[in-house]
Amino acid sequence: MPFVPHTADDEQQMLATIGVSSIEALFDEIPKALRSGVLKQTPTGISEMDLLRLMGERAKQDQVRLSFLGAGAYHHHIPSAVWDLVGRGEFMTAYTPYQAEASQGTLQLIYEFQTMISRLTAMEVANASVYEGASAMAEAILMAVRANRKSKSHRILCAGSVHPNYLSACRNIVRNQNLHIDVVDTGDQSGTLDMAQMAVYEGQDYAALVVPYPNFFGALEDVDALTDWAAAQGMLVIAVVNPVALALLKPPGEWGAQGADIVVGEGQPLGVPLSSGGPYLGFMCCKQALVRQMPGRIIGRTNDLDGKTGFTLTLQAREQHIRRAKATSNICTNQGLLVTAATIHMSLLGDQGLYAVACDCHGGMMNLLNKALGIPGVSRRFSAAVFHEVVLRLPKPAAAVLATMAGDGILGGYDLGLVSPALADCMLTNVTETKNEADIDAFVSSLRRACEG
Amino acid sequence: MLIYEIGASGRSARAQYPVTQYPAAGEIPEALRRKVPAGLPEVSELQVVRHYTNLSQKNFAIDTQFYPLGSCTMKYNPRGAHKVAGLAGFLNRHPLAPEQFSQGFLSCLFELQEYLKDVTGMRAVSLTPMAGAQGEFAGVAMIRAYHEKNGDTQRTEILIPTAAHGTNPATAVMCGYQVREVAVGKDGDVDIEALRAAVGPQTAGLMMTNPSTCGVFERKIQEIADLVHEAGGLLYYDGANLNAILGKVKPGDMGFDVLHMNLHKTFATPHGGGGPGSGPVGVGPRLEPFVPTPIVGKRQTADGDVYYWRDKTEIPDSIGNLSAFMGNAGILIRAYAYARLLGKEGMNRVGEYATLNANYMARRLEQAGFKLAYPERRATHEFIITMSREAKELGVNAMDFAKRLLDYGYHAPTTYFPLLIPECLLIEPTETESKEELDGFCDALISILAEARETPELLTNAPVTLPVKRLDDVKAARDLDLVWKQSSSRTI
Repeated sequence: MPFVPHTADDEQQMLATIGVSSIEALFDEIPKALRSGVLKQTPTGISEMDLLRLMGERAKQDQVRLSFLGAGAYHHHIPSAVWDLVGRGEFMTAYTPYQAEASQGTLQLIYEFQTMISRLTAMEVANASVYEGASAMAEAILMAVRANRKSKSHRILCAGSVHPNYLSACRNIVRNQNLHIDVVDTGDQSGTLDMAQMAVYEGQDYAALVVPYPNFFGALEDVDALTDWAAAQGMLVIAVVNPVALALLKPPGEWGAQGADIVVGEGQPLGVPLSSGGPYLGFMCCKQALVRQMPGRIIGRTNDLDGKTGFTLTLQAREQHIRRAKATSNICTNQGLLVTAATIHMSLLGDQGLYAVACDCHGGMMNLLNKALGIPGVSRRFSAAVFHEVVLRLPKPAAAVLATMAGDGILGGYDLGLVSPALADCMLTNVTETKNEADIDAFVSSLRRACEG
Repeated sequence: MLIYEIGASGRSARAQYPVTQYPAAGEIPEALRRKVPAGLPEVSELQVVRHYTNLSQKNFAIDTQFYPLGSCTMKYNPRGAHKVAGLAGFLNRHPLAPEQFSQGFLSCLFELQEYLKDVTGMRAVSLTPMAGAQGEFAGVAMIRAYHEKNGDTQRTEILIPTAAHGTNPATAVMCGYQVREVAVGKDGDVDIEALRAAVGPQTAGLMMTNPSTCGVFERKIQEIADLVHEAGGLLYYDGANLNAILGKVKPGDMGFDVLHMNLHKTFATPHGGGGPGSGPVGVGPRLEPFVPTPIVGKRQTADGDVYYWRDKTEIPDSIGNLSAFMGNAGILIRAYAYARLLGKEGMNRVGEYATLNANYMARRLEQAGFKLAYPERRATHEFIITMSREAKELGVNAMDFAKRLLDYGYHAPTTYFPLLIPECLLIEPTETESKEELDGFCDALISILAEARETPELLTNAPVTLPVKRLDDVKAARDLDLVWKQSSSRTI
């Protein structure tokens, strides 16, 4: 009986205390007709040794030699200390810090996280995280509609260069609250929003403008101009950012004259493994004035009875367990364990380390780009500056090129034909600090063969 | 001390830096570059390791003590399940990796879908929701999509018993519904007459937890299901308490059309200090066309079975994706591993021993003079005691008992929930706790009751053995201090 510690004696004594003859008797309030028979699809139990063998074989099937896939999830070096510490039972097997006195470890750590992520984004406050990047963007949209005092609009304007999965997830999440997301087309040459095109939306009533940075194509939007434009229109600005890029790029709190109002993003690049898409963490920051409209857990610093510093859940009057139907969101958890990883990761890297990582990502990407452009028929699809990801136009459909490269054990990037038929000959390729010169050369020679073959 | 306060300007953990080979800034335009460093900590690697090790030791956790937090199912999280999720092939698999490099992962997910269908009696399962609350969202969004597809747009209300978790009404509102609460009777079951009065052509559905948050099995569930179905509404099962009935009753057999499961509860994945969770949804035939994407399908080919993602092209009426990728994959791998370790026999015993433990504790505490909220009922996997008498006669409330338990080395039960029972503690031991541990906890509560009579200040001042005493929550909300504002390091 795995994990059930009862001996036959224990069981008999316990049943005697309860005053019943069998465990079965404890289920006597359940109508007989509802009792289920044996499970049919579930196999019999196995030992841990057999489990490790089975799963070892399955995991091995999924290993690739080299991957240049990014598109919203990025492979970075994670210091060994990060998951050694995260894996401590005291972090991993605790729950929501409802009993603050018995949860000061988790609470202080989240306060440190809120501090670090606010500083990285140059925003005033942060929450304790939400599920991941796309749902963070959805929460930001709902928050902006609640928070915008100048506009009662239920419409949001969103850059078409945002990650397509983010856009669809947001639409799926906000649809039933009668919110509409209008999309501004991406400039066909630049791969970014065109300020001249924004004029079409002037004078229209939108609660917020969503600006991705870098955008889905890896490119850098003209964030200052977009922020000032949105502010002039009475829209809030929601920034959707990559946290590693912010070590090198202007943080959203400094965009334009007033900065972004709400900043969200995928925290995975900060110490969280790719792990097939989750668990990750969505971070969420905002201006102080908007904090009461922010969803999710928030940790505050306070004093105990003796005046000693301590940490506790705060502003709980926004949350579902208090406000029920009037809550800011139904969200009931944060991504505590991943926040733990991101906090330790940021502590270990510091400003200088994260800057070095960002420079290495960008430099490696430029190096790959320059080498790839030497292949006949390969060109750069968009003109805007990029961070660590670039769209390559290929002499053949991207699907065919990627399939050939996969034969070499290399995932060359993401097939943009899956996003738009107009981009069927394009792939989105990412380089991080994990790729050295030899890796980049292996990519380039595989790509050359795939384009020529 | 904060991590910032142990740092010093210029200190760093150099082994973690890449050796930069490229000129800084490259093609990034000057106007888009960061001018001032963010202000992250400046600390050595040892300082980081020591700081966070010490912080971890300020937490109560399942691995360190009994944690009978009601409705949260804090059972043992097997290390073997954790280990397999960390295998390189799973850990490094990119969410958008092609199917040819994903068969190992997809086969686990496909089989997990099958097991979850089996234990819940549902027609299809989607693993994509990332927590219970997102599973609820997916479930109610499907109910809405179903009514819309039928042109049945006058259904504007979701019925929710008053004992429900706060996520239920919050979810209904996120899905554009109004909430109508239904009273719960003195015996802990839904008041059928109140339900009869509330249900009608405006009813989109009913959200229910069974066993309910009152710690009892809803005996009239078939009658409830019939009432809601006859009115054209659908039934949503909140799987928060699935641990109580695992292997004993299937929600599908009770008449539910849709449910979510909390794998971090019933399938023993770690709670992580507040997340990640995992909240797969299961659906019956009515809602099958609307399941959130992606789900894993299996194709038979000449070379054997091939697993693949089924998305909106195959499930056109789906409510769609709810996150950037497929969900909390690493948690699903752990849940799959747990299911394999338990097997069908082990799953049957989960509900049995969780129920045995709860009933044993309830009986022991009742014999010692504690008042059960529902003394005439069988406890399920959890039960409620109410301290309203002690609050009135001795001036010590449920929170005082909870805080004093911390001094005894036990995590407190859930306090003040469900809202309809005054001064309550909701106690859920789970099946993985031994009789010795349960006895120790009961003895502690009995001893605290004696303290309450003799020296109540031991309770009202508690805790006194932890890193901090009771915290000033009013100050925390009034003088908001959410980020550290001082400069990042000591200056030289």
